[in-house]
Formats: sequence, C-alpha cells, structure tokens
Amino acid sequence: MSAILIFLAVIAGIVFWWLSQQRLMAKPWLEEGPTGGFPATAPSSLPAAKIGLGVFLAVVGSLFSLLISAYFMRLSIAQLTRTDTGLLPTPNLLWLNTGVLVLSSVALHWAQVAARRGEMDNVRAGLLLGGVSAFTFLAGQLMVWQQLSAAGYFLASNPANSFFYLITGVHGLHVAGGLVALGRTGAKAWRGIAAVRLRLSVELCAMYWHFLLLVWLILFSLLTGWAGDFVDVCRALLT
Amino acid sequence: MTDVTVRADDAIPAAEVEDVELYHPKSWVTKYVYCQDAKVIAIQYSLTAMAIGLVALVLSWLMRLQLAFPGSFSFIAPTDYYQFITMHGMIMVIYLLTALFLGGFGNYLIPLMVGARDMVFPYVNMLSYWIYLLAVLVLVASFFAPGGPTGAGWTLYPPQAILSGTPGRDWGIILMLASLILFIIGFTMGGLNYVVTVLQARTRGMTLMRMPLTVWGIFTATVMALLAFPALFAACVMMLFDRLLGTSFFMPSVVELGSYLQYGGGSPILWQHLFWFFGHPEVYIVALPAFGIVSDLISTHARKNIFGYRMMVWAIVAIGALSFVVWAHHMYVSGMDPNFGFFFATTTLIIAVPTAIKVYNWVLTLWRGDIHLTVPMLFALGFIVTFVNGGLTGLFLGNVVVDVPLSATMFVVAHFHMVMGVAPLLVIFGGIYHWYPKITGRMLNDRLGKFHFWITFLGAYAIFFPMHYLGLLGVPRRYYELGEMAFIPPSAATLNIFITAAALTVGAAQLVFFFNLAWSLFRGKLAGSNPWHATTLEWQTPQTPPAHGNWGKELPIVYRWAYDYSVPGAAQDFVPQNQPAATGAAA
Ligand code: HEM
Ligand SMILES: [Cu+2]
Repeated sequence: MSAILIFLAVIAGIVFWWLSQQRLMAKPWLEEGPTGGFPATAPSSLPAAKIGLGVFLAVVGSLFSLLISAYFMRLSIAQLTRTDTGLLPTPNLLWLNTGVLVLSSVALHWAQVAARRGEMDNVRAGLLLGGVSAFTFLAGQLMVWQQLSAAGYFLASNPANSFFYLITGVHGLHVAGGLVALGRTGAKAWRGIAAVRLRLSVELCAMYWHFLLLVWLILFSLLTGWAGDFVDVCRALLT
Repeated sequence: MTDVTVRADDAIPAAEVEDVELYHPKSWVTKYVYCQDAKVIAIQYSLTAMAIGLVALVLSWLMRLQLAFPGSFSFIAPTDYYQFITMHGMIMVIYLLTALFLGGFGNYLIPLMVGARDMVFPYVNMLSYWIYLLAVLVLVASFFAPGGPTGAGWTLYPPQAILSGTPGRDWGIILMLASLILFIIGFTMGGLNYVVTVLQARTRGMTLMRMPLTVWGIFTATVMALLAFPALFAACVMMLFDRLLGTSFFMPSVVELGSYLQYGGGSPILWQHLFWFFGHPEVYIVALPAFGIVSDLISTHARKNIFGYRMMVWAIVAIGALSFVVWAHHMYVSGMDPNFGFFFATTTLIIAVPTAIKVYNWVLTLWRGDIHLTVPMLFALGFIVTFVNGGLTGLFLGNVVVDVPLSATMFVVAHFHMVMGVAPLLVIFGGIYHWYPKITGRMLNDRLGKFHFWITFLGAYAIFFPMHYLGLLGVPRRYYELGEMAFIPPSAATLNIFITAAALTVGAAQLVFFFNLAWSLFRGKLAGSNPWHATTLEWQTPQTPPAHGNWGKELPIVYRWAYDYSVPGAAQDFVPQNQPAATGAAA
C-alpha cells in the first residue's frame, strides 16, 4: 500500500498547508464583527469549477494510486512465492501512443494560452488538435490490446496481464470521459462564444489533460517494469 | 447591508459576485422530482435511505428470530441467514448511514449553515441522487434475482464470495458489486458538491473557524469518503472482473470437486487491504458527521457554548487523517507479520486520543449547562453513552492479543453495533427531531418522541450489551445456529431469546417514529422560524421552511461564531450568527 500512502501524504500536505492559512488558531469566541479583520480566510478567488476539478482529480489520483498499490502488492507476492511475475512485453506502439498523448496535452495548453489572449482561431485549432490526438491515443491503446492478445497475452491468462488491461482500461476510460467534456467545449467554440467566456472551459480541459498525461507517464513506466527496477535500485541503496 | 463598510481588500465570496444562476423549477416535476434544490435532494436522499434501512431492519428481525429459535422457521434456511446478514450489514453501513449523513444531512445543512443559496454544482448534485437511487434499486433487484442476494458477508471476502456454494453466487454478487460501483459514482458527484460548497460558497464573515461543528464534521467526512471510496471502487471492479471475465486478482488456485478451477496466482489478502482501506475510514465517515451534529445539539439544548471549539475542530481533522493508517486492525487474524500488527495496534490506540478529547468536551459542555431535556438532547446524551461504551470495547479489540481470541465472536458484533450502529443512529434521530421543524415548519410530537427515545435507547442496550457476554463465552458470529458446543452453556440460548424480544420491541418502536414523522407533517404544532432559539444560520432564514434560494434578496452576513449562548449581558440567551455586534452585545 506504499503508493497510496505516498499519495495521501501529498494530499495531507496540501490540506495542512491550506488549513495553516485558515487561522485555525483563532479564538472565534473572542472575535465579533464581519470578516474585515482577516480577509485571507474568505473563499478563494478561483472559480468553483476549478476547485471542483481539483478535488475530482484528487479522487482520480487516489483511484490510480490504489491500483498501483494493488499491482505492487501482487508483484511482491509473486516474488515471495517465486512464481513468474509475468511482465508483458512492451509493444513499440505504446511509445507512439505516449507521444500522441503528449502532443494532445501540448495542443490543449496552446488552446488555453490562446483563450487567455482571446485568439479564437488558435483556440479552435488547439481544441481540434487536442481532441484528434487524444482520440488517436485511444485508438492506439486498443491496437496495443489487440497486438498483445494476438501474441497470446490474454486478460485472464495471469494476474500481471489482468493488471495491464485493467489499468490501461481505467486510464482510457478517463481519457474518453475527458473527450466528452472537450467535445462540449469545442461545440461552444464553434458556436462562436466569446473567448473570455470559453476560457474557463478550456482551462479545465487542459488541467484534466495534463493530469491524465502525468498519470499515464507513471503507469507506463510501471507497466514496462522500469519503475520496478527503480524501486529495486532504491532498495539496494537503502540496505 | 446594515452597518458594514466593505473594505476594498475583502475577498468577496463567489456566491455574492455572480449570485449564481440559480435554477428555477418550472413545474411540479422539476420542483419535487428532477429537482436541483439541495433541500429537496436532501429529502429525497433521506426518504430513500430510510426506506432501504427499513428493509435492513426487517432482515435483522429475521436473523434474531432464527438465533432465538433455531430451526423453527421453515422460511429461514442457512443460506437465507447468510443472505440476511450480508444485506443487513451492507445496507446499514453504506446505503443507510452514509447516504443519510452525507446525502441527507449534508445536502440540507451545508448550504444553509454556511449561508449559501444552494450547492455549487446543483445539476451534478441532482445526478448524485438519481445514481444513488439506481444503486439502491440494483441492490433491491438482487433480492429477486435467481439464487437471491449474495451471502458472502458484508465484507465480501474472496475467494468464497464468488465460488459456488456461497449463496447468490450467480447473480447476487454481481448485482451487489454493480450497486456499490454505482453508489460510489453517485457519492463522488455529491461529495464534490459538499466539499466545494464549504470551500467556495461561504457567505461573508463565515470563516472556517466560525462554521458550526456539524459542517466541520460533514466536510471532513466527505473529504475522507472521496479519498477512501476509490479503494472500494477498485476492489469491486477487480472482483467483478474475477467473477465475470475469469481474471485472478483475488483468486488463488482453487480445487473444487477434485478439479482445479481456472483461477490462480491472485491474492485474497489484497482484497482485505483494499476493502479495509475503505472500511475503516468508513467508520469515521459516519462517526464524524455524528460528532459534529451532536456537538451542536448539546450546545443548543444546554444553552452553553461548546467547550473547546478549537480543539473540537482539530480533533475532527486529526481523526480524519489518522483513520487512514489504521485499516489493518481488521486483519489481525489474516496471518500478517506481527510487526505490522504492532504498528496498527499503536495507531489504533493513538486515534483514541482525539476521540476521547471530543467526549470530554461534550461532557464539559454539559457541565453546569442549562440542560433542556428535549427529545434531540435525549438522543444526544444517549449517543455519548453508547459511543463511550462502544469506544471502550474498541480499545480492547485494537490490541492484537485481545482481538485474536475475540475476533469473529459476538463480542465484535456487540462492539461495532454500539459504536457505529446504535450511536450514529441515535444522532440521526436526534438530528431529525432537531431539524424537522425547519424542514416542515412543524414540531414533531414530543410525547411520541420521548417514548421513541426511551424504547430505542434502553432497547438497544438490551440487545447489544448481552452480546459482549455471549462473545466472551465464545459464541461465534455469522453462525446460523450453535448446535452442540461444549463451551457454550444452555443459558446462552435463553439470553438469545431475551435479545430477540428486545430487538422486536425496538423495531416496533421505530414504527412509532415513522408515524410521528407522517402525523406531525399535518398535525404537528407550528414551529415558527427558530423553536430551539439556536444561533446557527439555518434558523435565521426569512421563511420556514426555507424557500428556494434560502435567503431573501441578500445573503446573511456572519458576525460571530456559532455558539454564542448565554452570553453575559446579551438581551436573549442566544445571539444569532448574523446579528451585528452593536445590538448583540448591548449591555
Ligand atoms: C435494531 C437494530 C439491529 C439489530 C437487531 C441488528 C442485528 C444484527 C444481527 C443479528 C447480526 C448478525 C450477527 C451474526 O450472526 O453474525 C448483525 C450483523 C451486522 N449488523 Fe446489525 N443490527 C441492527 C442494526 C445495525 C445497524 C444500525 C448497523 C449499522 C452499522 C448494523 C450493521 C451490521 C453489520 C455491519 C453486521 C455484520 C454483517 C456481517 O457479518 O457480514 N446493524 N446485526
Ligand atoms: Cu477499523
């Protein structure tokens, strides 16, 4: 359960940092009057939707950390019982997909910058490129699945395979969900809504995309086994 | 606005800037059915939770009948008993308590108590309820599925949960897992609302340290639930894969009827880790809202400020954080490394410290208070007693050496019913008696309420206190019948009959409560806007029941904390949070 505990430690850090600014040492029974005295403790000026997405990403992060924890635990059991850890080969296509997902994230970042500057054409182009490349990523992932099962690595043939399909699948579903939101943002962009009003939606999409890219990079390094090597190196250094 | 001069550097609450595009119901259907108003959603959540809770209550009667008179009921076969246990436990913990505290109380109280017009994402909030309802319906469907609901125990431990021989292996377990997955999706939608509303929609002057403890409790519990439910979600998805697609996440190789099943290489312990990583925080997900509500009930009905407000807040936060590192105390008997056991026993005992602080503070709040023994107060007092009782046995079970012999006996059943069954339920009742006047504009009948309290409180003791003793005798839990066991004296059977009699009585008393709810809706005494003379914002709304949008034209402004009761020199024995200083403290 190390991955989830590390994740929770990060979350706890954020929570305590935030709480530390909320004057938890205040003695509310002595203080009367409006907020005048301590404006910092009023709600943040960020839009609620952004904070909402932030909280949602914490939930998604928790889910992936747990899946990773489960995966590690299963690996360590395999090592204990000296059974085959059964890592899958890494189809070259996964590299390509990773590149496409990076492209997608970059495109949305570009759209976000354009939205801030009010350049509608660039916003549209960025959204389109981001959407198409995310779609390509999903198609690519499906092809990876196909290649693997053609090579005899089926979902149920051993737990390592199951984890591979499960984790990539859950990640893919999150990308697909993001595409729905992106589609709605795109529809607004093409309907010709002013860039200012579009800005928040584009920013939300970009934030979500960057997060999913980060998750993917971690998963990718894990599933290909480098993270395992990395952990082994750390362990060797510690003992 | 009255006499407030707004300073330029004051951050302005989001709700005041945009004055949210409040959605306005147009027809009866959008007002009461597809409704985005948090108050209506709260009532929908509560009624649904109570309805399914009633099912769980009936199941507990059936179990008790079987335990008292083993074998006398032809309609309770051993497989039925397991199904009853499983559904009873799961419904009570998840579909009743979690949904009622967070979906019910959370939805109703958060916007009102922090001075918001509604939740920040009303549409998502509405979806949350409908998905919850769907989850409940899928759960109910499993009663009618071929083979019936799952009988795997509420912990759904693999491998037996999905092996043939466990009742409900065909459909029940699938529907149960699907229902849990739906529940979690729905809850996440609601949870985002509760958290972001507290963060972003607090009215001017409502700093975190001025929030009523009810909001603190629900807020912290929601944060915990958002982080803990993904564990159950992942576990359910994985088990669904194991059951439907033949993977082996949790399944070791199993020989059944002399031949190997297709499974192999998975780990049942992995499920236990994931399940309890959710399961322990779940205890506090229902306890923290109860803590918060009870603090407010005690303060209001003892006309005294809550003792040690700051410490109460810190304790809530500390409990929330600590409860993520104690999960394996549910796994002492799973064959884990003794060092782990030591670690988890230590964290478990540490978490008792902030919990004990809260109890002391409640008692000190009562100390020399002007205690009004109203029905909500009775329930709050009942909570303290049962919670202390259940908490003490928790200290026993937290120690590995004590837990090992007692685990899987009736002692455990007694412990968790006291601490997370009866105690939070008493708070739910107390909360309903307290806020019903705001929700409906009428008081609940006092006599019926007192009757309900005494039967429920004393009855719950009669049911669960003797179970400690049964557990010490070694009576195992989850047993259809005891049969001949040399170490169990025949008197245990007599005790079981007594417990069953008490359980049926308590069950019947709940019907009085439901009658009271319905009857008072039309015949109850008119409540007025603030019958308990309480300080918090929900009692200061311009209309009772609060109208759509909660506050009239302008949001309330908060000048003080939530506990200004019996302030020396004040005109009344309470000063509402939105009363400006000048008039409030006039000597
Ligand atoms: C009148 C009230 C109640 C009665 C009479 C009652 C009775 C029972 C009985 C007889 C069992 C089975 C014991 C066994 O044979 O192992 C049980 C199990 C359980 N009950 Fe209750 N109960 C009540 C309320 C609650 C509440 C409010 C909760 C909420 C937390 C709850 C949660 C559970 C759980 C989690 C189990 C364990 C199920 C399992 O072993 O899988 N019960 N209850
Ligand atoms: Cu626990």
